Amino acid sequence: MSPRNGDAHARRTADAVARRSYGKLVAFLAARTRDVAAAEDALSEAFASALTNWPLTGCPASPEAWLLTVARRKMIDDARRRRSGETAATQLQVLAEGLDAAEADVANDLEVPDQRLALMFACAHPAIDAGIRAPLILQVVLGLDAAMIASAFLMSPTTMGQRLVRAKDKIRQAGIPFRIPDREELPGRLGAVLDAIYAAFAEGWADPGGTDPARRDLAEEAMFLGQLVTELLPQEPEALGLLALMLHAEARRRARRNSEGEYVPLAEQDPALWDSRMIGLAESLLMRASALNSIGRYQLEGALQSAHVHRRRTGQANWAAVVQLYDALWALCGSPVIAINRALAIAETDGPDAALKAMQEVAADVRLTEYQPYWAARAQLLAKVGTYTEARRAYEIAIGLERDPAVRRFLQRRQLGLALSGLQSDII
Amino acid sequence: MQYLLVLYSNESGWSAMPPAEQEQAMGAYHAYTEALKKAGVLAGSNRLRPISSATTVRVANGKTQVLNGPYADSKEQLGGYYLIEVPDLDAAISWAARCPGASHGTVEVRPVWPTRA
Repeated sequence: MSPRNGDAHARRTADAVARRSYGKLVAFLAARTRDVAAAEDALSEAFASALTNWPLTGCPASPEAWLLTVARRKMIDDARRRRSGETAATQLQVLAEGLDAAEADVANDLEVPDQRLALMFACAHPAIDAGIRAPLILQVVLGLDAAMIASAFLMSPTTMGQRLVRAKDKIRQAGIPFRIPDREELPGRLGAVLDAIYAAFAEGWADPGGTDPARRDLAEEAMFLGQLVTELLPQEPEALGLLALMLHAEARRRARRNSEGEYVPLAEQDPALWDSRMIGLAESLLMRASALNSIGRYQLEGALQSAHVHRRRTGQANWAAVVQLYDALWALCGSPVIAINRALAIAETDGPDAALKAMQEVAADVRLTEYQPYWAARAQLLAKVGTYTEARRAYEIAIGLERDPAVRRFLQRRQLGLALSGLQSDII
Repeated sequence: MQYLLVLYSNESGWSAMPPAEQEQAMGAYHAYTEALKKAGVLAGSNRLRPISSATTVRVANGKTQVLNGPYADSKEQLGGYYLIEVPDLDAAISWAARCPGASHGTVEVRPVWPTRA
């Protein structure tokens, strides 16, 4: 192999290992010391030295084990250098003990044990600020860099970087364990992990055209994490429900924009454009989840998506089922966002007056004043009952709050067309 | 790791309690302390006298200021602590949750900054 080829091959192998094993290696390296930042630093140096060495020596038989050994040596060196540090001595001892074990594993060509789930539970620990859990998981489990995560979460890279550093410090200093919670704690704690994954997905979902690479990847990465959780905890119905929900949503990605790049609301989407493979997967996940007999938020949301798929089979949406599912969700979570979507579904079964009345129940919630879908839904319902001035004003507010230009143009068209004709409804 | 469980609660609530209730509350603390000892995790513990007994000291520009009262006026006051030795934050949290103070006040869990190096 020529050096140039070797170089490319080494890079490809390193990239592949990074993608497949990054989180596994971070989890394994940080599990005992709880020092995620040190593990990441050591690992990034190990990847760098792989790129230097592998072209010359050839790729090792077990690239993961090779990287692990190099990274661990690096962590020990760093801990030695930082002798004055708070826990240098104990850390050294822990590292040295672990190194022996790891080298034995490498010698026996064993796989690096997968502690990614434990790492996710540490990142989504109740002691970690809820808003930074999703970014933290994306960084430490998937190795995404802070700038990319910052752009996806609409935060400045500096702020994101600082918050990630603080969260990692918290894990280390507060002694947050890398462990999968016991059975009785698991439902609550798993919820936080799933919420973080869904938050990542939602950020990715906010770019329907897939034109922003950072966001598009985010949806994919979130589905990867969702898949991972279902593999590691196959008996958790909510994990299955979340993956089903994400697959159902992702299945409609292509239908969310027309050929001119304009926004197409769900009710007007062409079901033929929905991805049937993903829908099939999602449906079978929901079946598996319901067999486990413990309903929850993500299963209900997944089932809602599934009710929309009904239209693909029958040509007609099953609004009665949608309202029922929203009722259940509303009873379970009571979030104003659910109330809005529930009202829109009620509009389909009981008419716009009933929907406006249902929405009135949550109108006082201050969280809604800057929530675009609330104003868009309100505008749509007001237009249906013929109160055009109020409808126009609600559209005005919705337009002012929207960040996606295609949705903004859609709302503007709706606002313009207000007086013209009866409007079709949709869930935005 | 060592954690300090810092107990905050409303002092006036305590003084307003009838003696029988106070006794029951003391009994709960006693049982909790015993449980910590039995588990081998207790490294130290004290109950503090009310904030009316507190004095605040600060040295500024070489002058010592002595003030009557606690450092911070708040709805709930620092009333005591437990110092415990447990493997991780989850263990500390589960002990904090068992503390009677968590039910009638707030328990803050703080990792101790290790000094030996």
